[in-house]
Amino acid sequence: MTQIDELASVRTGDKGDTLILAVIAHDQAAFELLDQELSVERVAAHFGLNARAVTRSELPTLHSFSFELSGLLGGGVTGSPNLDGHGKTMSYHLLTLEI
Amino acid sequence: MGSLTLSSPSGLSSPPKPAHHVRVGAGAGFAGDRLDPAISLAEHGRLDFLVFELLGERTVAAAQRRERETAHTGFDPTLVERIRSVAVHCAANGTRIVTNGGAANPRAAAHAVAEAVRELDVDLPVAYVIGDDVLSIVSDEDPLTWETGQPASTADGELISANAYLGAEPIRRALDSGARIVITGRVADPSLYVGALAHSFDWDHSDADLIGRATVIGHLLECAGQVTGGYFADPVTKPVAGLARLGFPFADVDANAQAVLSKLEGSGGEVTTRTCTEQLLYEVSDPSAYITPDVIADFSHVRFEEADVDRVRVSGGTGTPRPSTLKVTLGYDSGWQGEGQLSYSGLRSKERAELAAAIVVQRLDELYDVDPESVFVEYIGMAAAFRGLVAVDDPAEVRLRIVGSAATRQVASIIGDEVEALYTNGPAGGGGARKSVHSVVSVKSCSVDRTIIEEAVSVEFVDDSANAPANNDPADENTAARRRGDPA
Repeated sequence: MTQIDELASVRTGDKGDTLILAVIAHDQAAFELLDQELSVERVAAHFGLNARAVTRSELPTLHSFSFELSGLLGGGVTGSPNLDGHGKTMSYHLLTLEI
Repeated sequence: MGSLTLSSPSGLSSPPKPAHHVRVGAGAGFAGDRLDPAISLAEHGRLDFLVFELLGERTVAAAQRRERETAHTGFDPTLVERIRSVAVHCAANGTRIVTNGGAANPRAAAHAVAEAVRELDVDLPVAYVIGDDVLSIVSDEDPLTWETGQPASTADGELISANAYLGAEPIRRALDSGARIVITGRVADPSLYVGALAHSFDWDHSDADLIGRATVIGHLLECAGQVTGGYFADPVTKPVAGLARLGFPFADVDANAQAVLSKLEGSGGEVTTRTCTEQLLYEVSDPSAYITPDVIADFSHVRFEEADVDRVRVSGGTGTPRPSTLKVTLGYDSGWQGEGQLSYSGLRSKERAELAAAIVVQRLDELYDVDPESVFVEYIGMAAAFRGLVAVDDPAEVRLRIVGSAATRQVASIIGDEVEALYTNGPAGGGGARKSVHSVVSVKSCSVDRTIIEEAVSVEFVDDSANAPANNDPADENTAARRRGDPA
């Protein structure tokens, strides 16, 4: 098993109650492995979401992916009482996913 | 105590700007950003433009609420100090300033900035853009919100603000008219940069590929330190040197919107293909369709190439024509939120914190009729920010955080009072109580036909005498050069 932390870096962004995870693979080999293994279903399960709430875009030129997790932030920065309403910390949750 | 006067560290420098290029720098990436990196850039960056991005999605709604409570206070509270601290350098170096720090009242902001600039005895004509405040249009049209599919007027809470995301064109018009400082309200973040570049190169705003490429540059710069190693660094996997003196980025841009991203030599941080890639994808849901008021930009073929240390060449952006509607952020008065926090450390931390929470929830229910379902509890130290996705069984320390909402400040303040009272009435060893109350503005979004909004957008100057026919002002070399079709 390999942690995402060994293959890529992740940056979190938010739009309303949607969490956006940018996944940047360390190199071409890591990108190809992630392309196979880091599926919408796997990411959804890791974040406790239905797979229909997650979309994935691939950017081969930049060895990167963008995942959109809708509804995860439950009201976003203003509608949610969570201390981290933006979900800024969530990138480090994806880094622990094992493939 | 140290000094409150900020100064640049010594040993900063920047290379001369290449011929036929415009240099745009980031002075701030959000309202709470540091002040000193902008001073360093203004002093040593040889900038044509310094851009302060100061508005979040919610900031403008909160500013509208402030303006309603006290007139002429609806602009960014840090704006005047930011401009005061760079104005002398900007005047000396021919650097113009663009900012969305006008927030809910660009006119009041412009007058306050103009006064500060006058006190410094520098000549920087101030223009401002109005027309992003579309509350009356939204009240008339009552569009459906993106989040609920229902009319804007039917959402919970009183609708207190509606601000449209304007694009680059009014900024360009202000600069074309001779403004040295341009202050806007809600403008899309990358458009602050696109407006400056469009002025400098006399661009055609309907050239979607060109504006798409410029939007890539604006998006990379808009969060300032996030492209030079901030929000990127990890001491183990991605160490970045000099974060305490993180340098903010600038870009050397040519007439075709090809750019090299860089930062001051001697400043902290780094500019690499990796910092640039992370920022390119930041907050971008569909990289092939990044929608702004100016263009639908396509980031999917963007390439980064390290031209030198801390110098990254950006190319490959494209675009398709801009949308026929503008995004509008709606702000609703959502009452008050109160919270209290208390720490438990050592043996049975978790169990004591859980008991404490149960006591507060029961008392709020029985004494104040607060629905237990509406009370929000976090156990900080037990992966609270991961929102229950990770189980932590035996934490060394837990900080209990209890949050509740109420219609009035008085009721909301009870939450923190009840947590504080646990000191003497709750589980053993609770320490470090803190409480707070703040008003809540919640936001939703909708779309409005851009022609209705743009009819009401205008550019005005603080002092009309500054708005002499500046397009013909021979003293304004940049404008004169632009009219010859040359880059500034």
